[in-house]
Amino acid sequence: MPERNEDIPDHNDPLRNIQPTDSDHLDYVGQQGLAVEQETLIEPDPVKREQARSLWGDAWRDLRKRPTFIISALLILLLIVIAIWPGLFTNADPRAANLTQDYLRKPDYTDFFGAGWFGYDGQGRSIYARVLYGARASITVGICVTLAVTVLGGLAGMVSGYFGGWTDSVISRIIDIFFGIPLLLGALVLLNAFSVRTVWSVVIALAFLGWTQLARVMRGSVITVKQSDYVVAGRALGAGTGRLMFRHILPNAVAPVIVVATIALGGYITAEATLSFLGIGLQDPTISWGVDISSAQKVIRQAPFALFFPAAALSVTVLAFIMLGDAVRDALDPKLR
Amino acid sequence: MTANGATPLGATTPEEVAFAQDVPRGEPILEVRDLLKHFPLTKGVLFKKQVGAVKAVDGVSFDLMQGETLGIVGESGCGKSTLAKVLMNLEPATAGSVKYKGEEISRLSGAALKAVRRNIQMVFQDPYTSLNPRMTVGDIIGEPFEIHPEVAPKGDRRKAVQDLLDVVGLNPEYINRYPHQFSGGQRQRIGIARGLALKPEVIICDEPVSALDVSVQAQVINLLEKLQGEFNLSYMFIAHDLSIVRHISDRVGVMYLGRMVEIGSDLEIYEHATHPYTQALLSAVPVPDPAAREHRDRIVLTGDVPSPANPPSGCRFRTRCWKAQEKCAREDPALTVRDWLEGRARHDSACHFAGERDNLI
Repeated sequence: MPERNEDIPDHNDPLRNIQPTDSDHLDYVGQQGLAVEQETLIEPDPVKREQARSLWGDAWRDLRKRPTFIISALLILLLIVIAIWPGLFTNADPRAANLTQDYLRKPDYTDFFGAGWFGYDGQGRSIYARVLYGARASITVGICVTLAVTVLGGLAGMVSGYFGGWTDSVISRIIDIFFGIPLLLGALVLLNAFSVRTVWSVVIALAFLGWTQLARVMRGSVITVKQSDYVVAGRALGAGTGRLMFRHILPNAVAPVIVVATIALGGYITAEATLSFLGIGLQDPTISWGVDISSAQKVIRQAPFALFFPAAALSVTVLAFIMLGDAVRDALDPKLR
Repeated sequence: MTANGATPLGATTPEEVAFAQDVPRGEPILEVRDLLKHFPLTKGVLFKKQVGAVKAVDGVSFDLMQGETLGIVGESGCGKSTLAKVLMNLEPATAGSVKYKGEEISRLSGAALKAVRRNIQMVFQDPYTSLNPRMTVGDIIGEPFEIHPEVAPKGDRRKAVQDLLDVVGLNPEYINRYPHQFSGGQRQRIGIARGLALKPEVIICDEPVSALDVSVQAQVINLLEKLQGEFNLSYMFIAHDLSIVRHISDRVGVMYLGRMVEIGSDLEIYEHATHPYTQALLSAVPVPDPAAREHRDRIVLTGDVPSPANPPSGCRFRTRCWKAQEKCAREDPALTVRDWLEGRARHDSACHFAGERDNLI
C-alpha cells in the first residue's frame, strides 16, 4: 500500500479518514420517493444482524420454514429409513411364497402392517413386504443415478458453456453422439457386458447414458449467465475462473438443472423397472418396485392391487423428490423468499 | 498529435481565464495511443475464414490526467463501451497501446493484470444486471477484498465493507440484504462501492446513470463528484447525455464510428465546437426556454450511421456532413489543432474544414 500512495498524501487510507456527515445520508433520503422506500425496507432482526450471511445459509434458514420442504424431507427420511431397515416395519419375508394359499389374495385392509395388508402377488408373496424391501434397490438407483448425472452432466455442461470455442464443440458433439443412442438399446449392450448384474451395474449404465440431458440444460444456462454484467464485473475485479464459475455462474445457473434432475429421478426409477421387465435390469432374487410393477402387469385384470401398491410407492417417492427440488430451487432465489 | 485539452492561450474574458485554470492539469495517468479493436467477421463452420472486421474502435488516442474527468460522448454504436472494455482489459486490443503511469497494460495477463485491476475499476451501466442477485451486499462489496486479500486483512473486511457503504451513502446495516431489496439508485451506489473497494486511481464509468430515473441521476452524479474529491480519482465518464457530461467533465471527447473526432475542455467543446458532428450533437440538445429556441439553428443530420464493418473512405463523417468536399473522401483528417482557428476554438478536431458555428444552443 504505502508505495502506491506516497505521491497522494490524503489518499492514504481513505476509508478510515472519512467521517460521513448527516448530509451524506440526506442526499438520498431527501428524495421523496426514495425516502419512502427506505422506510418500507424491513429492519433486520437486531440479534441476527451481526453475523454475516451467505446464500446457502439464508437458503437453509428459508427452507426450514417451507411446508413443502418439511413434508418432502420427512417423506424422504422415512423412505431412506425403510430402504436401510425394511425389517423394522414388517416381520413378513418378501421372498416367502405360498402359491396354493396366497395366489393373488386380496388385500386385508384391517391387517395393519401385517403380511396381508396390501394383498399377495402372482407368486403368493406379501406385497406389503415387497414394497418395503423393494425401496432399497429403487431408491438407490434413483438417487445414485441422479447424483451421478447431475455431477457429470453439470460439470460437462459448465465447462462447455463457460469456455466455449473448441472445448464446447468437442463436448457438444460427444453429447450429440450420446443422444443418438436409444436408452434401451444402449443399456442392453452395456448391461450385457456385466457378468453379474447388481444395482450398481444398473446405476452405471443409466448414468452413462443419462448425463447428456443435464449437460445440455447446464450448458444453455451457463451460456446465458456467463454474459451477464455481474460476471463481467467479477472479471474486472480480477476474479479467477474458479471464483467466476462457482460463486457467480453456478448459483445463478443451477435452478433449471435442479428442476430437470428431480423430475428425471422418477424417470430413472421407472427406467430401472423397464430394464428389469426386459430381463436386462435387476434379476429376480433382487427385489425392486420396477420388477414388481412389471410382473404385476400380467395379472392387472384379476389383481389391480398388485400393480397399485408398488406404483404408489414409486409415485410418492418421485413426488417427494420433486417437491424437495422445487423448495431448494425457490430457496436459492433471494427474490422468492 | 496532442491529446491535451485546455489551451489557456486562447482565453479572452476573465471568466474564461479563471475557468481554464480550474481544469486540473496533473500527470497523465492513462495514455491511450492508436487503440484498435476489430471484431472479426468469419464465414464457414469448420474452417473459419475471416471475411472482414467490425471496426468498433479504430485508432483512438487520448490522455487521462490525474484527478480529472474525461467525458466521452457519441451516439449508440460509436464504440464508447468497447473502448471502456478494452481499457479494462475485458476485451483484448487488436493493436495500439494503453499505458497506466507509463507502464504498458494492454497486453498483460495473469498476476500482472490482476495487479493493474486494483488501480483501474469500472462502474457499469445497468445496476439491475451488474450485481449478482444471489450474493448479499456484503459479499458483493467484500468480493474485491477476497480477490485481493492484501488490500484488507481478513478481520477488517466486514468493517471495510460497512465503511464503503457509509461512503456511498447507504446504511451500513444493509450488509445482509440482497440487491433486489434496493432501488436502482441504491444499487448503483452498491456498484460504485464495489468499484471503490480496491482504492483505485482510475474509474471507468460506462453510462453509470443512463438506466436511472432522472431524479436519481443527479444524486449518483453528485456522489461521483464527491468521491472524486475525497479519493483523488480520475474518471473516464462515458455517456450519451450531453448535459450530464458537461456537468461532470473537465474535458470532453466526442466519438463517431470508432474514432475520436474532437477533444477539448468542456467549454471548448460546448461553446466553441469546431467539428460538424459535435455541432450536430449539440444542436440536438433540448432547450427548455421557448424564446431561446426561436433563434436556434437546428442541424438535422440525414442518413444513418455507416456500418463500422465498412466505414467510408477518408473522413468517416463525410456521408452525413454538410461541409463535405472531395478532399474529405480522399484524406483522413487528423485529430489536431487547425492553424486558422482562434481563441477557444483552438483545440483538437478531426475535420479538414473545422470552424465554429453560431446559435447551436
